[in-house]
Amino acid sequence: MLADRRLALKAMLAAGGTLAFDIQIAGAQGAKPGGAASARINAYVAIAADNTVTITSKNPEIGQGVKAMLPMLIAEELDVAWGSVKVEQAVADQSRFGEQFAGGSMSTPMNWMPMRQAGATARAMIVAAAAKQWGVPAADITTSAGEVIHAASKRRAPYAALAAAAAKEAVPDVASLKLKDPASFTIIGKPVPGPDTPAIVAGKPLFGVDTVLPGMVHAALLTAPVRGATLKSHDAAKALALPGVRKVVPLRQLGHDDAPVDALAVMADSWWTASEARKLLDAQWDNGGREKHSDATFAAAAKAAFAGAPAASVRKEGDAAAALAKAAKVVSAEYSYPFLAHATLEPQNCTAQVKDGKAELWAPSQMPDEGKGMVAKALGVAPDAVTVNLTRIGGGFGRRLQSDFMVLVAMIAREVPGVPVKLILEREEDFRLDFFRPAGFHKFDAALDAQGKLTAFRTHLVTFGAKGQPGRGGELPNDLVPANLVPNADLGMTVLDSNVPLGWLRAPGSNALAYATQAFLDEVAAAAGKTLPAFMLDVLGEARAVVPPKIPGVPDIFQPPPFDTGRAAGVIREVMKNAAWQEKPAKGRGFGFYFSHLGYFAVVADVAEADGALRVTKMWVAGDIGSTVINPMNAEQQIRGSMIEGIGHVIGGLKVPVEGGQVQVANFDAYPLPRIDVVPPIEIAMVRTDNPPTGLGEPALPPVVAAVANAISSLTGKRVRSLPYQA
Amino acid sequence: MRIVQMQMNKTVRGDPMPTMLKVNGTSRQVDVPGEKPLLWVLREDLGYLGPKFGCGAGLCGACTVHLDGQAIRSCITPINAVGEGAITTIEGVAASAVGKRVSDAWVDIDVPQCGYCQAGQIMSAVALLESNPAPSDSDIDAAMAGNLCRCGTYHRIRDAIKQAAGGANAR
Ligand code: FES
Ligand code: FES
Repeated sequence: MLADRRLALKAMLAAGGTLAFDIQIAGAQGAKPGGAASARINAYVAIAADNTVTITSKNPEIGQGVKAMLPMLIAEELDVAWGSVKVEQAVADQSRFGEQFAGGSMSTPMNWMPMRQAGATARAMIVAAAAKQWGVPAADITTSAGEVIHAASKRRAPYAALAAAAAKEAVPDVASLKLKDPASFTIIGKPVPGPDTPAIVAGKPLFGVDTVLPGMVHAALLTAPVRGATLKSHDAAKALALPGVRKVVPLRQLGHDDAPVDALAVMADSWWTASEARKLLDAQWDNGGREKHSDATFAAAAKAAFAGAPAASVRKEGDAAAALAKAAKVVSAEYSYPFLAHATLEPQNCTAQVKDGKAELWAPSQMPDEGKGMVAKALGVAPDAVTVNLTRIGGGFGRRLQSDFMVLVAMIAREVPGVPVKLILEREEDFRLDFFRPAGFHKFDAALDAQGKLTAFRTHLVTFGAKGQPGRGGELPNDLVPANLVPNADLGMTVLDSNVPLGWLRAPGSNALAYATQAFLDEVAAAAGKTLPAFMLDVLGEARAVVPPKIPGVPDIFQPPPFDTGRAAGVIREVMKNAAWQEKPAKGRGFGFYFSHLGYFAVVADVAEADGALRVTKMWVAGDIGSTVINPMNAEQQIRGSMIEGIGHVIGGLKVPVEGGQVQVANFDAYPLPRIDVVPPIEIAMVRTDNPPTGLGEPALPPVVAAVANAISSLTGKRVRSLPYQA
Repeated sequence: MRIVQMQMNKTVRGDPMPTMLKVNGTSRQVDVPGEKPLLWVLREDLGYLGPKFGCGAGLCGACTVHLDGQAIRSCITPINAVGEGAITTIEGVAASAVGKRVSDAWVDIDVPQCGYCQAGQIMSAVALLESNPAPSDSDIDAAMAGNLCRCGTYHRIRDAIKQAAGGANAR
């Protein structure tokens, strides 16, 4: 289906495409049986003798709640009681499960229909088996809570009684399936707790770091302080002298294809020993000139770029320069934001066993299939010689879309054939080896006519990447609001090289662009004599679908999605109402709107000063993710978590400075993520519209960053043109 | 006893020696250097995988356990500092009345997102309620600020603490 999978995934992760996915529901062949005395009906459903149903959740669980959400969709159409469902994590096997990844808030839009169809397929096979046994037409059979019912003859049977026969039924054509009317949903839309919650609370081993295998050895990694430096020479004698140390192996140009690292790996009988031995390694690195990269040189390069024209044009509509020249008012400003780290609480880790041309991994990866391919390539074996088990993941936020740790551990394990090796990165190495949210610099110009109407919007983004191409999360989209809504628009970009590897951080691109554009538009709105939400409603105009220009070379289904101005206005009005927004808001109140990952979100934040520090005292959010919030229990948390993360982008000093080619963050003391004491009350409102449901892991975050920055500007009277906020 | 001097590290590391630890009410012997942090003794030598490694520097709280009822960061506590003290981990915390109430509230409110920080959160919450059965919001903030939750489950952490304390489930 995907012509160029990486390109397609890139487009999806950035924005979320216009989706029309096919479903292939494999039969039971090749699947593990569903446990003792149970019959497996398809890749997702197995029914045990006691009528409990084991449902397979195909995507990695990173805390986004997919392990409840996907099985809920299946259980709904299978027509069983949620209480009878056990959830099991799938292995990475895309031949059976189709795409298996956790990113781009895509699990909901990509699986809303397919998972329901998977459940409906199993149900249809059970009904068909009952029809045969009872000699009645399938059409006369109904189901309810795991039972098959033939009302006319008053016969009922639990699914379990028919499951073995159902497994032999032909898999029905998806087109023939009749899905439930949403009005009769009994699981979708109801609050469902995480299936792993009791095990988490009991301290059960679920995560990658908890993997324990017989005879396993532990590995720690030492990499160069300057990312990308190569290993010149090393002396491991002292490390090897430490009792318990097994082996020290140099690794060269491993990890991720576009950000390979040299490293020394220490294997020992305990991770603590490996970690202690790591400190005794004596390594010389060749920085290859990379120490020239620093925040100061980046800022100077951005300044130089702003003096000229952008290196590349992303979109030109009308004539922005002419419109600016004849504008009643011109507003111009420069904005910037820093590199950010993912800082998942579970450090990057992975376990592998390599033997006889085969490898098995226990991987906390958000994109395990890509990792599997990378491991196969590194080991020189076929992808199907690599088995990948998915562990629960202690936070993703996009970091584990890069499966570099899978390659690293596989190449360490290759050195000790047959012995399982668990690699855990020190926190310092986890920061060093991150793929960072790109920093960026914006120059903005906007034109207002005499009526205060926005007539032109121009920006030059100086971003990061390689060879003129922006890196992950550094792109300037052609549908950037408001460039897609004004007659004259000019979007241009200049790409700086650096040795800082780039990665997708929760709401990639959008988490920075929302801040810069909405904070700048707050200035423009003020120049037009309006508040930002009122100004945005003007700019949005009448309700319509705004279709962005096609990006050449990207398949249709991954083109940027249409932007619905009516849905945008809907969430803006809703949040204005809930926060009692006024024409002249009180000092310290800010607004932000953004559309990303197919979700429309508007936020109002109140900021106040207490004891010389700023804090957010209250936030309101309104979101539109379509017709249905599948699991309200998790939805609330996804939104709050996004919003708390958004506060952290502005207040507290979150940034990853780069000096001499080195990231200047080694642990959480230098990376002040929000703690419980900064968390304000948050009022959430969901606007339901007649659109297919979409994801919630990301889209609430971007407008928060803007709203908090705008609230600070309102409070202090000084524009927040650079993040993080500094007094 | 042979001492190996660390080059980049201030710590010294002795030979393995037998040490008795009292964990979740059971005495267990380990044979490791006295400098080995309690976190890694629990995880590697005793099989308690509930306490988590987050930072190794006392900055995140993922490794929190109790030593004689006090919440401590096990990643920076060498076992030779534990002595006769009674250690409680997440695996054993529900044995106490307060521990049970907190654990139940955590499940009831579905606090975890990724879940990685939660063992530490629960251990800090139980220690708080053991010493302060009716904490105010600022008591909760003060007691819990050392426990990072990267996913931002803080509202539910507050709610669960209040529920366990028997108070109103206020946001
Ligand atoms: S791992 Fe001990 S405080 Fe972070
Ligand atoms: S639940 Fe993920 S870090 Fe707290």
